[in-house]
Amino acid sequence: MNTFAELIIVFIILIDLALAVTGSLSSCIKLVALQGVVAGILPLLAMHGSPHFRAVAFAAVIIALKGAVFPWLMMRARDRSGARKDVEPLISYPASILLCLGAFIASSWLGSRLPLPETGVAWIVPASLATIFTGFLLITTRTKAITQVLGYLVIENGIYIFGLALFVEQPMMVELAILLDVFVAVFVMGIAIFHISREFDHIDTAELSELSDWRRGEDGR
Amino acid sequence: MITRALLLVPLVAGTLAFLLRSDAARRALLVWTARLHFLLTALVTYLHLGPGSDPGEPGWFAFDNLGLLFLGVTSLLFLGASHYAVRYLELEKRDPGEEADGGFIFNNAPEAVFTGCLLLFLAAMTAVTASRHLGMLWAAVEATTLLSAPLIYFHRTRRSLEATWKYLLICSVGIALALMGNLFLGAAGLKTGAGLELEGLLAKAAVLDQPLLKAAFLFLFVGYGTKMGLSPFHTWLPDAHSEAPAVVSALLSGALLNCAFLGILRVSGICAAAGLAGFTGGILTLFGLLSLVTAALFMVGQRDYKRMLAYSSIEHMGIMALGAGLGGGAVFGALLAALSHSLTKAGLFFTSGLVLAAEKTKRISEVKGLWRRAPRTAALWLAGFFLITGTPPSGVFLAKFIILKEALEQRHYALAAAFLLSLAILFAGMARYFISMTFGEREGKSGEKPYVEEPAMLLPAAAFFVCVILAGLYLPGWLGSLLAGAALNAGGKL
Repeated sequence: MNTFAELIIVFIILIDLALAVTGSLSSCIKLVALQGVVAGILPLLAMHGSPHFRAVAFAAVIIALKGAVFPWLMMRARDRSGARKDVEPLISYPASILLCLGAFIASSWLGSRLPLPETGVAWIVPASLATIFTGFLLITTRTKAITQVLGYLVIENGIYIFGLALFVEQPMMVELAILLDVFVAVFVMGIAIFHISREFDHIDTAELSELSDWRRGEDGR
Repeated sequence: MITRALLLVPLVAGTLAFLLRSDAARRALLVWTARLHFLLTALVTYLHLGPGSDPGEPGWFAFDNLGLLFLGVTSLLFLGASHYAVRYLELEKRDPGEEADGGFIFNNAPEAVFTGCLLLFLAAMTAVTASRHLGMLWAAVEATTLLSAPLIYFHRTRRSLEATWKYLLICSVGIALALMGNLFLGAAGLKTGAGLELEGLLAKAAVLDQPLLKAAFLFLFVGYGTKMGLSPFHTWLPDAHSEAPAVVSALLSGALLNCAFLGILRVSGICAAAGLAGFTGGILTLFGLLSLVTAALFMVGQRDYKRMLAYSSIEHMGIMALGAGLGGGAVFGALLAALSHSLTKAGLFFTSGLVLAAEKTKRISEVKGLWRRAPRTAALWLAGFFLITGTPPSGVFLAKFIILKEALEQRHYALAAAFLLSLAILFAGMARYFISMTFGEREGKSGEKPYVEEPAMLLPAAAFFVCVILAGLYLPGWLGSLLAGAALNAGGKL
């Protein structure tokens, strides 16, 4: 049973690396969706014995959201905004993947140092930390608004896996509230992207630089 | 029962606001919901403090002193804001705005969205103050971010859009880190079955896993600290506060930042019970002082008066964090600072909206001799300045004094010196702007139409200022005991 879970962990790490080097926006959206889906399957595999109905239902909701609803929203935002098809990184792809690998090594070290309860699934803590880091990488080194939302989703995936690793059981209501928040967040961000593209004719957040303390006034505004 | 009503009233009203067609009906709904919410808040406070006080029903939503204090501030602020907002919306409808600085015409977001989000925002903030389960608290804080984002983007301009995007992204990512913190907290109590409910965590604080508890605090501090606007996580704050409509800025600064502070206080209370007060206190003090210094540095050379108010909010968040970090009697000071800052800053933001309406610019250098054009607004503007900088008699002064006294008693002389120096720089910096805006020589604006001051929009700010002065002169017994109880909840001593 756990061998399969460990395979999924490896798969999640590979998706992190792929995200660091993928240049196409639609591939990025698909990769993030795939990661969400396999993360959603994970709790069913890591469980001992036959899964509860509640757990299965919850996993189904997560998979539907991350695998279908979010990518649909993102694709729609991409089409509506008429964004160019690549992600336009601020740093080169080799640099991205090196950073990602470095993060994975650091995460492995950190995972072995943290006094966490024994999880039974190898590498789950390092994988979750590396995923969170990949999310930050996407947010900070990509210029498009959509990739920043994708980064947020990757961080969310990472935190979800981290929660599985710690066995912290939250009540169903809380889990649902968190999920609802993430859903609304993506929804609101999608709307914001639409407005950004309409106002600025692009969704390049590097152009969102009118508000600052030092540049104002110098450019004659 | 009342707790449930407090949560449900704004929730139902907010949903209803999206469905109502008539503007007049929606505005009436806004005001009456705010009044009902305030009434319920007064009732729940009375029942809690009054004779034969019941400990409240256990569950995910219940109020202790700390929650009640922040609920009271939020509800009072919203009451003022709703009255201000109604008149504001009427004026906006009649005379849709011109971009204050850019000079181009813009549209506003539909009023139904604005009012609906405003009411749901109140529901989310109420949920934050009532949450006894830290997972629920997290969900509620994130909900406040999402519901207030459309409010910032009420004026559909590029600048407000930029501010909204930064706010959404920075705060969402920050709060995602707080979720990590919650997971660490859950893991810290895994062996003892402490769960994530405050009662369980406080009862079993002594046997929690300490390294994991420290990690939990760090993540929760960074997460909620981002939302609270502590330096260096504050970058979204001046943008959002300056671009949002004045009434929204007032709520963001006065109510929302407090909610994030409450999140930090909840965890630091648990850490204090676990004997980690030194660790959490050090971090809170450090970042509190850093925020103060940052605010002082950025205050010099501000060009935009709403940004100036935003940096003053960062200053006060720093003071609150500092007070909470010093512990002991300073926690009382921090809570009093939260209360007085909220009322004063909300009043100032309300007034800033009126200054904007009178002068059509947000630039400090272009506003001169305000008292000739709008004397009552100018009087409020100047009064707000004296209150916020902590001139006695002001609740802000009392709060700063208590915190300073505690710092000296604990022999943190360097800290006290840095604290006073920052306050002096902030006072001098702000004095220059406020005085040149209020007095100064009006130049070359002969052709402008006379400006009519709106009494309905002046009143909330005036009322708040009176409350702050009263708090500085005399704390009524019930408020004193509420603050003292809240300080105990937050891990302080008396």
